[in-house]
Amino acid sequence: MTKLWQEMGLTDYEYNKIIELLGREPNYTELSMFSVMWSEHCSYKHSRPVLRNFPTDGPQVLQGPGENAGVVDIGDGQAVAFKIESHNHPSAIEPFQGAATGVGGIIRDVFTMGARPIALLNSLRFGSLDRDRVKYLFNGVVSGISWYGNCIGIPTVGGEVYFNDSYTGNPLVNAMCVGLLEHKDLKKGVASGVGNPVMAVGARTGRDGIHGATFASEELSDESEEKRPSVQVGDPFMEKLLLEACLELIRSGAVIGMQDMGAAGLVSSSCEMATRGGSGMIIDVAKVPRREEGMEPYEVLLSESQERMLVIPKKGKEQLVKEIFAKWGLEAAVIGRVTDDGMLTIMDGEKKVAAVPATALTDACPVYEPEARKPAYLEQTAAFTPESLPAVEEYNDVLLRLLASPTIASKEWVYRQYDYMVRTNTVVGPGSDAAVLRVKGTKKGVAVTTDCNSLYCYLDPFTGGAIAVAEAARNLVCSGAKPLAVTDCLNFGNPEKPEIYWQFKQAVAGMSAACEKLGTPVVSGNVSFYNETNGEAIYPTPVVGMVGLIENIEQRCTMDFKQEGDLIYLLGETKAELGGSQYLSVIYGQDAGKPPQLDLDLEAAVQGCCLEAIKRGLIASAHDCAEGGLAVALAECAISGRRGCSVGVSSDLTATEVLFSESQSRIVVSVTPENEKELLALAGEYNVPCQKLGIVAGNDLRIMVNGTEVVSVPLDKAENTWREAIACKLG
Amino acid sequence: MKFGVVVFPGSNCDADVKYVIDQVLKQPVDYIWHQEADVSGYDCLVLPGGFSFGDYLRIGAIARFSPVMKGVERFARDGGLVIGICNGFQILLEAGLLPGAMKINDNLQFRCHDTFLRVENATTPFTGRMSAGQVVKIPIAHGEGNYYADEETLAELEKNGQVVFRYSTPEGEITREANPNGSTANIAGIVNKEGNVLGMMPHPERCAEAILGGEDGKLIFQSIVDWLERGGNSD
Amino acid sequence: MFRAEIKVMLKKGVLDPQGGAVERSLHALEYDNVSQVRVGKYMELTLDAADREAAKQQVREMCERLLANPVIEDYTFDLVEV
Repeated sequence: MTKLWQEMGLTDYEYNKIIELLGREPNYTELSMFSVMWSEHCSYKHSRPVLRNFPTDGPQVLQGPGENAGVVDIGDGQAVAFKIESHNHPSAIEPFQGAATGVGGIIRDVFTMGARPIALLNSLRFGSLDRDRVKYLFNGVVSGISWYGNCIGIPTVGGEVYFNDSYTGNPLVNAMCVGLLEHKDLKKGVASGVGNPVMAVGARTGRDGIHGATFASEELSDESEEKRPSVQVGDPFMEKLLLEACLELIRSGAVIGMQDMGAAGLVSSSCEMATRGGSGMIIDVAKVPRREEGMEPYEVLLSESQERMLVIPKKGKEQLVKEIFAKWGLEAAVIGRVTDDGMLTIMDGEKKVAAVPATALTDACPVYEPEARKPAYLEQTAAFTPESLPAVEEYNDVLLRLLASPTIASKEWVYRQYDYMVRTNTVVGPGSDAAVLRVKGTKKGVAVTTDCNSLYCYLDPFTGGAIAVAEAARNLVCSGAKPLAVTDCLNFGNPEKPEIYWQFKQAVAGMSAACEKLGTPVVSGNVSFYNETNGEAIYPTPVVGMVGLIENIEQRCTMDFKQEGDLIYLLGETKAELGGSQYLSVIYGQDAGKPPQLDLDLEAAVQGCCLEAIKRGLIASAHDCAEGGLAVALAECAISGRRGCSVGVSSDLTATEVLFSESQSRIVVSVTPENEKELLALAGEYNVPCQKLGIVAGNDLRIMVNGTEVVSVPLDKAENTWREAIACKLG
Repeated sequence: MKFGVVVFPGSNCDADVKYVIDQVLKQPVDYIWHQEADVSGYDCLVLPGGFSFGDYLRIGAIARFSPVMKGVERFARDGGLVIGICNGFQILLEAGLLPGAMKINDNLQFRCHDTFLRVENATTPFTGRMSAGQVVKIPIAHGEGNYYADEETLAELEKNGQVVFRYSTPEGEITREANPNGSTANIAGIVNKEGNVLGMMPHPERCAEAILGGEDGKLIFQSIVDWLERGGNSD
Repeated sequence: MFRAEIKVMLKKGVLDPQGGAVERSLHALEYDNVSQVRVGKYMELTLDAADREAAKQQVREMCERLLANPVIEDYTFDLVEV
C-alpha cells in the first residue's frame, strides 16, 4: 500500500527527516507544504551541490544566485536584472497556456527586483516539424509567447529555436526576461521587521495548478495529458496592471521586499522570504482573497494561480499599498505579519492549521548527489568518423539543404508574431547574433542573447557546456558588447539515472570553466530535470542567457554585409571538425562524432580582438560562425545585407571541411579596404589568426576552395530557401 | 501647444508616444488617465497602442466607455485633433468617431514588421509634411487590424478623401501581397469626414528616430505641430 | 431572476477568417461534408428584472451598446427563468 507521503512524491527517508525536523508527525497541510517545497522544482535537491561550482562573483555583480533574478551594474547608477526559467512540462501538455504563463512568471521575477522589464527572449526546442503533434506544439508555444508578451507590452527581441527528434515528446520552453533599474530601487525577496504586515496582491486565488511544482518534477508519460488541470491560465492584462502597480509601489519607498507567488504559490514565497530575512511569518489563509468557494487551507497555500505577489510593506503603509493597487483596479489584502520566531505559522481564522520552521521547508531539504556514470552511447558516437561518408559532389545542393533545415533557416515566421519593437528601444532586433536595446537618456546599449547547441552537449557535455557560454559571449561581442554575466536554464533528463547525472555534472563543469575564463559569472538560473518521455531523455540542454554592455551605442555592429567592395576576413581558424555538425545531422542523419573543441585562450583572444575592432570602427560587419559552418555564416551575412560575395580559401582541409566544419572561436567580419591594414595589425596584437576570405560583390554566393569553385548560388535563391523553409514545413 | 496621451489600463505604447513628442519634437505633453473626464487645455489628443482592458470581449469595446472618452468625443466634435494609433484606432471605431470596424487579421496571426504606406491624402492636419503618392515606411504590430467597411461606407470614404494611408509595395503599388491583414481596399489609416480625427494601424512613434531604423513616422507628428502652429489652417 | 444566453456572430456576408480556418482544418480531418463554418462568441449572464419583457429589453440594450459591434456583428439571445 502506498503511503500518503509517497503519493505526494516524498520518499520514506524524506518523511522521516520531516518528523525529525518537527519532532512529531506532520498533519496533512504540513505534509502538503513539505511535498511541494521538497520537490526538485523548488528545492534543487539533486543539483545544489553541483551548482556551487559556478563562478558567481565579479565586480559587476550586484546580486548573484538565490534571489528572484540576478542583477549586474551597467554604470551611471543603473543596473540590469535578468533571469531565464523553464516551462517545459506545462508547455508539453498545453502549449499555448504553458508558454504564456512561462513568460508571465519570468517577467514577475524581474519586476519584483524593482526593475522595469525591457526585453524578453525565448529558447525553444521541438521535435521534427514533419510530425503533426510537433507542429501543434510549435504553433501553440509561439502563439502563447506572442499573446502574453505582446499584450503586456514587453518586446520579445531574441532567442533561438532548435529542432531535434530528442524533443519530440518533451519540448523545451525557456523564457528569459531582462529589466532595467536604478541601484536605489533594487528590492529583494526578503521578509524582515517584526510586526510588518504581509500582503497578498494582484489576482485572486483559485484551485489552479495545485501540485504544479510536483508535476514539473516528474517524467512525462501518456497519462500526463490527463493532468491538464495542473496547467494554469495566464492573464497578461492583469499582469500589466500588477507590473505598473508594483513599480509604483517600489518607487513610493513603502516596500521591504516582495516575491512572486509562482511555483508552490503562497508556501514557497512565504517560507523563502522568511528564510532570506532570518524571520518568521504568521499567515491567515482565511484572509487570502479567493476566486472559488470552499477551498481547503492546503489548497490556498499550494495554489499556483497566476499574477499574484506577496508583499512586505513597512508597518503603517498598508493603506498606501491598497490605494496604489486600487488605482490599477487590483486587490491588496493583509494576510499576516512578520514574526521573529523563525516559524511559518498558518492560521485558518482562529484555528492553527500548520506550524513549521521556515528553514525546514527551504534549507533543511535533503540534498542528493547521486551516482554519475559516463553513458555507454558516447563510445559509439565518438568512434564515428566523418571520413567514412561518401564524398560530396554537389555543394550547392548541400548548402541549400542546410539553409532549408529548420534549425538553421530564418525564424522570421516566429518573430514576426512577436512585438519586438514596443517601448522603442530595440536598435537591433531578432534574427541577429544578439539583440541590442538602447538605454534611453544615456549613450549605452544592452545586448542580449541565448545559446546552446545541445547536439554538442549530447556528444560531449563538458565541451558542449563550455561552447554554450563561449558562443553566447561571442554573439554579444559581434554586436559590439562586452559580456557581463550569465543566467542559465539547465534542461536535463532524470537525474536519478547515473548517465543523466554525469551529463549534468560535466555540462556544469564545462560552463564553469568558460564563465571563469571569459569573466562572465552566473548570477541567476533554473534547473529543469525529468525532461523525458516514456523513459527517453532529451539531449542535455544547458541554455545560456547572457547580457552585455555597449558603452557607446554608436559603436554597435551587425552581421549584414554593408558595402560592395568590402573585404571579408575570418578571425580564428577552421579545423577538420565535422563531428556534431549540422552537415552530418541534416545531410546524413548522423548525430555523431566528436564535437568541435574549444580553446578558451583562443576564444578570449578572438573576442577581445573583435570587440576592439568594433570599438575602433574598423569593421563593417561581424557574424559568429556557428551551425552550418563557414558556408552558412557567409550566406547569412550576404542574405541579411542583400549583397553577394566572392570567396576563395586555400587550405589543407577538404572542401567539405572548409565549408561545413563547425570549429569554434571564429567570426566572419567585413572591412573596408582602407581599414584592412589596421585590422591585420590588431589581429597580430591579439595573436589571432586572421585569414582573408574574399570580397563583398555581385548577386551570388560564390566560394572557391583551393582554386575550384565549389559553391555558386544566386543570392535570391539562397534567401528564398532560407526565409520560406519554416512556413513551408507548416504548410 | 500641448499634447495629451490618453492612458487606459493595458495601454502599452503610451510611453513611446510621449517620448517622441517630448524628446524628439520637444513639445509639451502629459499623460491623461482614463478616469479623467476633462480634457480641456490640450491641442491634440493621442490614443496610443496597446491592449486596453486586455482586448477582452472585443478590442476597444470596453475602453470606449471609460470616462475620458466622453471628453475625447466632445474635443473631437469641437474640431480638436485626435490621433488613434493601433489600439487607439480600434477604440475610435468602437466609439463611432470613425466609420467601419476591425476584424482579426486574415492570416489569423499577430504580425509585427515594417510596412510601406502610400499617402493618399496629404491635405489633412496629420500629413502636411508628406505629399500625395509618397511612400512611407512605418511598422505594424497587431493581431486585429483587418479594417472592414461595407460598400456604402467605403464609397463614402473614397469620395470624401478620407482614406489617408494604404498598404502598398515600396514602389507605391496597391497589391494584395502588400496588404498584411486583409483590410478592405488596403486601408491602413482613415480620417473622419471633418478631417480632424485620424485612426491608423501602423505605429509612427516607432520610426521617428534614425537609431530605430527610420524617421518617416516623425513626419506625422511634425505635421500636427505645423498645423497647430499655423492655428489650425492648411496654409 | 433570468439567465440570458447570448450568441454573437459576424454578420452574414462579413468574411470570417477564423471560420474559414476551422473549416479547412475539418476538411483536413476528412469531414468533407462540412461547409459554412462560422466562429462566434457565447456569453451567459444572470440579471434581476421585473419580468421577461423588461429583461429582454435590457439584454437587447446591452448587446447594442457593448456586447456586440453592430457594424459587423449580429446577436441573438435566449432568456431562461432561474
